[in-house]
Amino acid sequence: MNVFLAQLLNGLDKGGAYALIALGLTLVFGTLGVVNFAHGALFMLGCFCAVTFRYLITLETVTIDPEKLSPWGSPVEVRTPLVQNWFGDFGAVLVDYSVPISILLAIPAMLIIGIAMERGLIKHFYKRSHAEQILVTFGLAIVLQEIVRSFFGANPVPQPIPSDLRGAADIGVWFGMAAHTLTYPWWRLIYLLFSAVVIGGVFAFLQFTTFGMVVRAGMADRETVGLMGIDIDRRFTIVFGLAAVVAGVAGVMYTPLLAPNYHLGMDFLVLSFVVVVVGGMGSLPGAVAAGFLLGILQSFASMTEVKSLIPGIDQVIIYLVAVVILLVRPRGLMGRRGIMEN
Amino acid sequence: MFSLSRKDLAALAVFAAVVLTMPIWLAPFGAAYPGLMQKFAIYAIFAIGFNILFGLTGYLSFGHAAFLGVGSYTTVWSFKLLSMDIGPAMLFAIIVSGVFALLIGYFSLRRTGIYFSILTLAFAQMSYSLAYSVLTPITNGETGLLLARDDPRHLDALFGAQATAAGLPQPTLFGMSVTGYTGFYLCAVILIIAFYLSQKIFASPFGMALRGIKSNQTRMNYTGFNTRPYMLAAFVISGMFAGLAGALLSITDPLAGAERMKWTESGNVVLMTILGGVGTLFGPVIGAWLIKYFENIFSAINTNMLNGLFSFLPDGVQTFVVTVLSKFVGEGWHLTLGLMFVLIVVFLPGGLVEGFHRLMVRLKRQKATPDGVTSVQPAE
Repeated sequence: MNVFLAQLLNGLDKGGAYALIALGLTLVFGTLGVVNFAHGALFMLGCFCAVTFRYLITLETVTIDPEKLSPWGSPVEVRTPLVQNWFGDFGAVLVDYSVPISILLAIPAMLIIGIAMERGLIKHFYKRSHAEQILVTFGLAIVLQEIVRSFFGANPVPQPIPSDLRGAADIGVWFGMAAHTLTYPWWRLIYLLFSAVVIGGVFAFLQFTTFGMVVRAGMADRETVGLMGIDIDRRFTIVFGLAAVVAGVAGVMYTPLLAPNYHLGMDFLVLSFVVVVVGGMGSLPGAVAAGFLLGILQSFASMTEVKSLIPGIDQVIIYLVAVVILLVRPRGLMGRRGIMEN
Repeated sequence: MFSLSRKDLAALAVFAAVVLTMPIWLAPFGAAYPGLMQKFAIYAIFAIGFNILFGLTGYLSFGHAAFLGVGSYTTVWSFKLLSMDIGPAMLFAIIVSGVFALLIGYFSLRRTGIYFSILTLAFAQMSYSLAYSVLTPITNGETGLLLARDDPRHLDALFGAQATAAGLPQPTLFGMSVTGYTGFYLCAVILIIAFYLSQKIFASPFGMALRGIKSNQTRMNYTGFNTRPYMLAAFVISGMFAGLAGALLSITDPLAGAERMKWTESGNVVLMTILGGVGTLFGPVIGAWLIKYFENIFSAINTNMLNGLFSFLPDGVQTFVVTVLSKFVGEGWHLTLGLMFVLIVVFLPGGLVEGFHRLMVRLKRQKATPDGVTSVQPAE
């Protein structure tokens, strides 16, 4: 039972990342009708927002302290981050919490990147075929990842978890179990909550604001909304920016769990497309549900018991589910009848 | 049955001449060595095969590298178990990759558009992950499948052939070694045959049916035309071409690794086809050559070479130009590739072949204008 629960929880945080990426992907597909193969690259750019922020905040001064000596006799170099010089203890906290704080950098940065991408390139592809959209965004993804590589190199750049949040939470105790029966790392728990909040925020934004109402109307019937004198294109551009932000912050918070490297986007892209398809093209709740579902399935498939039963299942489970869903129920779990059914 | 229209025959003759004289006309570009020219020929075969599917039917497969990988593995296994002769190796590679394509195609072709792309991608990724993990007894996992001196090679043993005294056995064609220029000419001849086959397919009623499917599948269905077998045939044929290309890769360099099945490799062949021109005969070949050429040349350029090249500029400008350009060469040549790709899709969706046609039309028009009305001024 505990093993079961532990795997369930393990799957949930990965599922959170899948759900966030797939949410953005679906949002873009539902509004603009564009199949965006560069969405994984946006996730990767989000990761590197965190890396950049940490790099900037840890710029440091090096002073040589003649009093202290290192074990082999030379004076010790004392490195202090500039922020710590400026703000004292608050600066130290800033450095420690660089990952969550870099969300503040990631939001405007990703918004600008997203809007620039849509205005600069993708808007010319609304009327072209899906194949051409796939191709141009695929090319764009290559360009983005190579730019990142030329700045940050090819090696993964690990990001630390804030020191207060390391270690694991004893979740079992909360549910009245004995101590140490069910533990779960704090950061994963935070990621899970974070993704839930972001997903809730996006849904609330679409459901309860006028802007969201217009966007939903545009998703249902773009032309009519346009005829009512609403500049739907401008709203959709903002939606694209929003999708980029969601992917970006998902990336920022994921960096302590998986050290980001430049081809991370491509690795996640294939998965998130599978998630979108399983959930149903154009269905937002479907994307979220499928994201968590596939994350959990993947985590169960990597249990040793399952692996010994069906060898190799952990490697292919996601694709296998995608194949079965596509063949049996092509509109996905929650897709609307008649939308992209063959 | 083997005849071609006069136009196609001329195209084939030109193509054969161009391919066979590669060592001569590639020399000024610094690419006239057999290793690279083999790659040119092999990837051209791969792209020609891909074009039969994507160009004629419009179905964008994102998993073609799987067939390349299967072809490679089969070839190496044939070398290990049967004979070092490349005949059976190629035959088996084509058959096995054909069967594999039949399986994947049977399922994938139930869907169209982006679903088809994702299905093929999913199947290819599955093959890739399995080749890395569970199928290690067959694929030798990360190390890749290699030849060994004490492989059984039953057919060779049957005919009493003995392994040479030293080193690993080399692939042979009727006892003739296929390294260096022999290897290149072997690939070149197969490329010409592949080109001829694609010409035949393009001109045949079968090819017409595939084009009909591309332009409007529903209409084809309504006219009482069962499109499924045609699609499946096209998929299998194109898978076989990929298998053949994989076989040739393993023949010129007898090893096979799972990274050949990775989806970036599938992306590469899409890129080649698009760059050259989808649905044209020459396009995929030109695309494959250009990409392989750039991969080789651009990734070899380094900062010193750039400095030498721009030494005529004033110092500050030189540093600037070299710093900017160095991002695009060497390790960063993928950036160039990506940019090229985006630009082609945006400005020239028909690829280089279409660009060439447009250029020709414009030139013709310019030639024609001096006789007729030079320019028409609209009335104000």
